[in-house]
Amino acid sequence: MIARILFAAILAGIAAGVFTTAVQAYKVAPLILEAETYEGGAHDHAAHDDASSSDAGEAVEEAHDDAAGDGHAHSHGEGVWAPGDGLERTAFTLLTNVLTGVAFGFLLIAAVVFTGREISLKHGILWGIGGFAAFSLAPSLGLPPELPGMPAGDLVARQVWWWSTVVLTCGGLACLVLTKQVVWKVLGLVLLIAPHVIGAPHPEIVASNVPAILAAEFASATLAMAALFWVVLGGSAGWFLQRFAADEGV
Amino acid sequence: MLENTAATSIGGSLTSHQRIAAGLTAALLGMFMLFGVGFAHSDVVHNTAHDTRHAFTFPCH
Repeated sequence: MIARILFAAILAGIAAGVFTTAVQAYKVAPLILEAETYEGGAHDHAAHDDASSSDAGEAVEEAHDDAAGDGHAHSHGEGVWAPGDGLERTAFTLLTNVLTGVAFGFLLIAAVVFTGREISLKHGILWGIGGFAAFSLAPSLGLPPELPGMPAGDLVARQVWWWSTVVLTCGGLACLVLTKQVVWKVLGLVLLIAPHVIGAPHPEIVASNVPAILAAEFASATLAMAALFWVVLGGSAGWFLQRFAADEGV
Repeated sequence: MLENTAATSIGGSLTSHQRIAAGLTAALLGMFMLFGVGFAHSDVVHNTAHDTRHAFTFPCH
């Protein structure tokens, strides 16, 4: 049964990853590509350091100049391999979307197994909504969905805040939904609010070449995409788990 | 035997040891993969997973 539980996570992750790649290609990827035409060294750490001693306008101008000589706008590091634009880039995005789907599928099914709650397609969708709240909605409240070229705080600090928020939100939701005593529910609310009271790391300079309308479209597109991803992941994980459990003759 | 349409509890089909083993295995595999795809600082991994990282709103760059 353990192998079947893990297999359910893999199948659900593949389904959600493939589905999301289609949504992403239609609504999200075009915004990333367009933002890259404005991207330069805006995310470059040296540019950030220079910017602290000059005004924001100069920093953005300098970043834009850097972009002109950068053939692979989205690549990181000098001479490091990056997939070519077009089919190759989409293919690697499909691969990493599926891997992300399987990763989240494992985490979702771990929660289902640990709590021992009943599972079905419907219950799986509810777990998916929880996953969306913890892994997309809560982190996005502090760190807005980020297009290439948008200013952002220190990467490691943001990653630490992102993970802290995810863990605290998961704990908060578990306290709220899985317990009955008031004291646990109050603790749940505190855990949900805590990362937002502490606050996410933000950049010192917020000027950007990326148009505001593009960033706004990206924020709504990524949240909608994530919501669909989690509903498909949770629903299919629930469906597969229920089916496999029934096949075992439990 | 349960109907396919009725909800079932995975916990009911496993001993508590099996449940912990299955949950831990799934959680560790999930965390390992998520760190690799979404958070590893390697430039090659970053470039490969670039659009996924932005679309899933993982901190990138």
